[in-house]
Amino acid sequence: MGQKSQKEAMEEALKQFEQFVESIKQATGLPIVPDQKTGAALWVDQRELRLKYTISVEKIKPFYDGLMDGKLMATKCSKCGTIYFPPQSFCPTCRKSEMQWMELSREGELLTFTVINIKPASFAHYDDYIVGIARLKEGINVTAWVREKDPKRLKVGMRVRIEVVKRQPEGYLTYEIVPVND
Amino acid sequence: MVRNVAIVGVGHSKFGVRHDVSFPELAWESVSQALDDAGLEQKDIEYFIVSNAGGWSSEPLPAVVVGEYCGLTPKGTARVEAACASGSSAIKLAHDIIASGQADIVLALGIEKMNESPTPTVVEFIGRAGNYFWEFQNFGLTFPGYYALYATAYMHKYGATEEDLCRVAVKNHYYGSYNPKAQFPKKITLEECMKSRYVAWPLKLLDSSPITDGSAAAILASEDVARKLTDTPVWIRAIGHASDTSNLSKRDNFLSLRAAVEAAHMAYRKAGVDPSNPIKYFDVAEVHDCFTIAEILAYEDLGFAKRGEGVNLIREEQTYVGGPIQVNLSGGLKAKGHPIAATGVGMAVELTKQLRQEVEKERQAVIERGWALSHNIGGTGHYAYVNIYSLDKPRG
Repeated sequence: MGQKSQKEAMEEALKQFEQFVESIKQATGLPIVPDQKTGAALWVDQRELRLKYTISVEKIKPFYDGLMDGKLMATKCSKCGTIYFPPQSFCPTCRKSEMQWMELSREGELLTFTVINIKPASFAHYDDYIVGIARLKEGINVTAWVREKDPKRLKVGMRVRIEVVKRQPEGYLTYEIVPVND
Repeated sequence: MVRNVAIVGVGHSKFGVRHDVSFPELAWESVSQALDDAGLEQKDIEYFIVSNAGGWSSEPLPAVVVGEYCGLTPKGTARVEAACASGSSAIKLAHDIIASGQADIVLALGIEKMNESPTPTVVEFIGRAGNYFWEFQNFGLTFPGYYALYATAYMHKYGATEEDLCRVAVKNHYYGSYNPKAQFPKKITLEECMKSRYVAWPLKLLDSSPITDGSAAAILASEDVARKLTDTPVWIRAIGHASDTSNLSKRDNFLSLRAAVEAAHMAYRKAGVDPSNPIKYFDVAEVHDCFTIAEILAYEDLGFAKRGEGVNLIREEQTYVGGPIQVNLSGGLKAKGHPIAATGVGMAVELTKQLRQEVEKERQAVIERGWALSHNIGGTGHYAYVNIYSLDKPRG
């Protein structure tokens, strides 16, 4: 891009705003600033809430064991044969938890894709990324990033495979859609 | 015994960046209008439902904050959420409470104050609205991103172009320009839309509804009460509803919103509308154009056009005033703005005013049949509500 990343721009804007609020607060004793467009008086929150969840994956641990072996695992109901991806430990159709773990083929076709140009705050440190949905041979769809920067090189219906990758800079295992160039 | 229910009073704030008012002040703008319009006082309201998605705004218990400020305390209340269809869920609950005989007068308020948080935070919150753990956590989708997945698939299958999508924006901005309540009361050209930057390729900034603050209120009443209050009750003829999977990967295709199709069929069945030709029943519709592609999908999901032919309705300008079905004469989410949980109530307000022929003349639909339809989608087809309103009384 050459210019500032979305994250740098976001942080710089926030820092400038905080400094502006601080200077006004020191002068007036109140965190009330004029809106930059309309001049309307805005109270700037003096409390901050940070959200970071802990989410149970206890019942789907084999999925993560699979990622460590480079595999994409799904569950299959022993009773009705339905395949679940994302994996479920419980089959709502049979109301049973008699599930088997199975490895998905990781081969399929691209159903659709987009480029995320304007990113959410927690993704602002990445360059623009392509998200796609692939349909695997088993008839299961997988949403993931596509290993490609230019959407014009992708086509609906093209052959793709799924690869387990380590997402950087966080350094955790996930999976990616990779175009197969015939 | 199910009773007839009518809208007897409506209110609608100016939509936009509303740094000039606080959350409860914004609520008061539409609540006070609705009370005046119905000729009622707060004490007459038996129950009130507050539709608010929140997260980006500071009050976690919006219903009681609004209740206190608007003088509705100690009436019973609850906050409801169905993402961008929250407002229609509030209308449905208000309707059902009255239809079942539990109350005679219920107020539904939709309110959102999205600009209390900076834009990247709002983008984050809306991006999380789907399946947070499997689809957002790892892949950082955004709201335009989800709809762009549908746009890519639709354009590939049916040969629609980015220009076609922009035609929807041009129409909705045209009507929005005559709506003083709209966030963007200004016309745009096809070129301006085409030149706007990508937010989630192939969708551009001007394909997208904005981040909006706003409120809308509707007072619903039983038939006996409605008859005493007004000469022009707007009857709720039918409400269709459905949901779809949280993971987009669990959907069969990206050419149609399955929940919208289901909700439309339910509403048509309840109202006795022939689903093979619904256009002939309605004068005007408000459809959920959070992105331009969504309006084209709506044409097809509602049966206004066959599969793959929705794009022709906009190319041939059939959804403008005077066309066979007049769509989004408010400016739609695109130009009027999209305060998430206020949108569905806003649609009810708009259609009430359209049927009463009370909107600005440049954007007034030709009213011949006296029937109107709203199509309100939550998330990316996660929730769907299709409501049918009429000037003539449903039954009995």
